[in-house]
Amino acid sequence: MQDTGLSILFRGINFLRLLQGLWVTLQISLISVGLSFIFGTLFGMLMTVKNRFVQAFCWLYLNFIRIMPQLVLLFLVYFGVTRQWQISLSAWSSAIIVFTLWGTAEMGDLVRGAIVSIPNHQYESAAALGMTKQQIFRFVILPQTVRRLIAPSINLITRMIKTTSLVEIIGMVEVLKTGQQIIDANRMQYPTGALWVYGAVFVLYFLVCWPISTLAGRLERKWR
Amino acid sequence: MSVDILLEYLPLFVQGALVTIKISLAGIILSLLVGLVCSYVQYYRVPVLRQIAKGYIELSRNTPMLVQLFFIYFGLPKIGLSWSREVCAVAALVFLGGSYMAEAMRSGLEAVDVIQTESAISLGMNRFQVMRFVVFPQAMAVALPAIAANVVFLIKETSVVSAIALADLMYVAKDLIGNDYNTSEALFMLVVFYLLILLPVSLLASYAERRIRYAGYGA
Amino acid sequence: MTDEILLSVKDLVKSYEGTSEVLNGISLDIHKGEVVVVLGPSGCGKSTLLRCMNGLEEYQSGSITLDGEKITKNGANMTALRQRIGMVFQSYELFPHLTIQDNITLAPVQVQKVPKEQAQAEAERLLERVGLLDKRTAYPRQLSGGQKQRVAIVRALAMHPEVMLFDEVTAALDPEMVREVLDVMLTLAEQGMTMVIVTHEMNFARAVADRIVFIDGGVIVEETDPETFFEHPSTERAKQFLKTFTFEKKA
Repeated sequence: MQDTGLSILFRGINFLRLLQGLWVTLQISLISVGLSFIFGTLFGMLMTVKNRFVQAFCWLYLNFIRIMPQLVLLFLVYFGVTRQWQISLSAWSSAIIVFTLWGTAEMGDLVRGAIVSIPNHQYESAAALGMTKQQIFRFVILPQTVRRLIAPSINLITRMIKTTSLVEIIGMVEVLKTGQQIIDANRMQYPTGALWVYGAVFVLYFLVCWPISTLAGRLERKWR
Repeated sequence: MSVDILLEYLPLFVQGALVTIKISLAGIILSLLVGLVCSYVQYYRVPVLRQIAKGYIELSRNTPMLVQLFFIYFGLPKIGLSWSREVCAVAALVFLGGSYMAEAMRSGLEAVDVIQTESAISLGMNRFQVMRFVVFPQAMAVALPAIAANVVFLIKETSVVSAIALADLMYVAKDLIGNDYNTSEALFMLVVFYLLILLPVSLLASYAERRIRYAGYGA
Repeated sequence: MTDEILLSVKDLVKSYEGTSEVLNGISLDIHKGEVVVVLGPSGCGKSTLLRCMNGLEEYQSGSITLDGEKITKNGANMTALRQRIGMVFQSYELFPHLTIQDNITLAPVQVQKVPKEQAQAEAERLLERVGLLDKRTAYPRQLSGGQKQRVAIVRALAMHPEVMLFDEVTAALDPEMVREVLDVMLTLAEQGMTMVIVTHEMNFARAVADRIVFIDGGVIVEETDPETFFEHPSTERAKQFLKTFTFEKKA
């Protein structure tokens, strides 16, 4: 039987190695997401502060982060910081720093959006029922804000996972790089390896992201 | 940071910027076309094609562009589909952008109330006229902010084409960092050039959004 | 009013998927120049009947014909037939991206290929008739509900339809704007336009109608002249229905 090339994936520990690479990708994503959720919530609240200096700072931060390609941010931290302050940052730490900076901006904007989207009459009608400020926040505002945030923040997770693929470019051995190594190592036996291995990486990303974004889509429709 | 080095790098970055702009333009225009076709197929519920469009959109939105690019550039030649770097970069950008544009346009089309269609039909318009004169203009007005945001997003995404050694802005910077060790100058120029390209586009995008959100027709 | 039958509904049965029948065998002839007002409680199927008459709904059996030509949702000749039937909706449905004038001239120019200048002159003449000539360059969102509905009527009239269908056209309006719309419709009726009107304005129905058709539960319960219907309804259901429009203090 003619070899289709697909068997490159199942030769030795190749597939296991791909999964290990995927785990590196996911680790970076999940750590960055966790940090982004924490800092993003704080940043979002900071953005609602009515102080000119604070607002100008937030605006500048948010817009600089958003306008730059994430790869540029990655270069700025990985190469720039090392150069400027003579600190040697590993690709791993650079990735976590950049994705957290980026995720904080995105999450912050979501949090700010959710807070300001609660109509004023919600505060007023709660106050009219005799609730204190703390009670209004806890029982009226917070539940609505959280509800509005769940779908877009889940979506942010898939965006983060997809963006993590960029660390391949600064030389980290994650799923894509592992794929490259497998292709190179088996160049002779499997000349069509690139098709199957990159195909497999493509499918792996899809299998991770698709359920998450489907969940986000469902929640969004349900809670609209 | 040395001004001399910046001046020396200027022409290289201009070249890189032209590559970035060229790929972005081609990719965005074709993405709009793919998006239009997919959104129509979904809007009119064309059997089979609609499922294909849906499948494509899910695949495209749930995988990173870098992986899409590698698959197209390194993988597809193994089954005889071998294209130049430029074509592969544009193809990957369109594979990604088509689905984002499709989603923007579809939500625009869905935002137009069915009864608008009915009132156009009741005036004796055929399906083509209903789409052209009534549904499409309204849908595009709704979709415009999302389309503009996608344009910014796609320009940013072109930065990964440096990974297949296409000499865009990112590649020029990477090259200079690797060869000359003038990291600060290279990064400075990289940021400045991306700002020059992206700032006007994203200002235009937010202008479009404000205009549509607060003004609407006839303001 | 003449004896010539323009629009004819025969044994019309219509149901939405999975629900019980909405229209359960309706037969109704509309004569040329006649004004028929369809009354009935909410959900009785009167709006559905109107939508069927314009081919906006599919139906299971029976037939609707205009001058002998069959009206169905996806019929071959429907765009031509719909040009002969004007329809006005409860929610006006002006095209928000077009000026008032363009709203009116769009279909004549694109569908009937009327020269643009001629269509514009026609639009101006019609707008003048409903007192909105000064609004012709405005956009729909700049108009009040009553003004929008008058434009919607003009837009339908610009196609020179042979019959006009009105689907609860004042139901979404503030009370003080109802009058201006009904006045336009009364004028149309006086000029001999064939009209089928679904409404909840009882006084208007009485004034404008040549014939009242009372529908309940998807069938025609009573069909008579307005005088008889409002003064001496013959069925218990019609009496009950009319009672809901009168108020008395409970003892």
